[in-house]
Amino acid sequence: MGFKALGLETYPAAGAAEAGQILRSLTREHDDYAIIYIEENLAAQLSHEIDKFKDSPTPAIILIPGREGSLGLGQNALRSAVERAVGTNILGD
Amino acid sequence: MANTAITPTRMVLNQLKGRLKTARRGHKLLKDKRDELMRQFMDVVRRNKELRTKVEQGLTAAFASQQVASAIMSPEMMEQALLYPRQSVELDLTYKNIMSVNVPRYRFQTKNNDPSEIFPYGFAQTSGELDDALEKLAQVFQDMLELAEVEKTMQLLAEEIEKTRRRVNALEYVMIPELEGNIKYISMKLEENENATKVRLLKVKEMVLQDAHHYKQ
Repeated sequence: MGFKALGLETYPAAGAAEAGQILRSLTREHDDYAIIYIEENLAAQLSHEIDKFKDSPTPAIILIPGREGSLGLGQNALRSAVERAVGTNILGD
Repeated sequence: MANTAITPTRMVLNQLKGRLKTARRGHKLLKDKRDELMRQFMDVVRRNKELRTKVEQGLTAAFASQQVASAIMSPEMMEQALLYPRQSVELDLTYKNIMSVNVPRYRFQTKNNDPSEIFPYGFAQTSGELDDALEKLAQVFQDMLELAEVEKTMQLLAEEIEKTRRRVNALEYVMIPELEGNIKYISMKLEENENATKVRLLKVKEMVLQDAHHYKQ
């Protein structure tokens, strides 16, 4: 991945199980990582793990589209946050 | 919904009145807090939506370029080119307080300020498409960082709004009506007692007068 060239630390994962393990090990040492970007297709199977960090200030786990393009999961996070706060979807989509 | 377990005395009445006052003030404050949080939240949501589309488009473009680059170069060459990064990023995490919600603020610093430092390889053996892909990634990275900040802020605000809304509703629809009901119950009971005493006194007076003077009203 090209992110490595930008100076980010990358952890390649072959499948959801491996990604889950990496995610757990990264989040265990709490303050080391403030932001974790994870591909949508992996995140889809890890939503349980990711939701645990929704209410804590660190780390921020952000979904990014993978090679196959956007799956709309990132937009989903936005929608669910709005629904949670307002009680209904007011964005009109 | 007067609670019959309360004792109808003046002391309890005063206590309840005090609690009602506090509850009303708390309700007003929380309502204001909720409204302000909501306003901020909507700003954040709008910004998040914008950034999300931008980042997704940018990343898709970057990945497409990378795909082209990997078609031209052999996988080994590609891996070798990207093996050791020359650039490194340091992230500074501070907190900002929005209505008593601590939201993260990120500031990142690259070790090398030269923008060309994102290419960790010599240009001789790599294809131009790889440069293109990395440049696109570098561009989108700024937005990715802001997206992380905005998205986390949004989630934290959503949680706080949910909590505040629940409190406002509990006060408005449960606590305050219940207190009002109790106060009404006590004051009616007290009034009733007062009337009973008055009537009793009148009766006693009548009896005493009759006893003393054989006087009939």
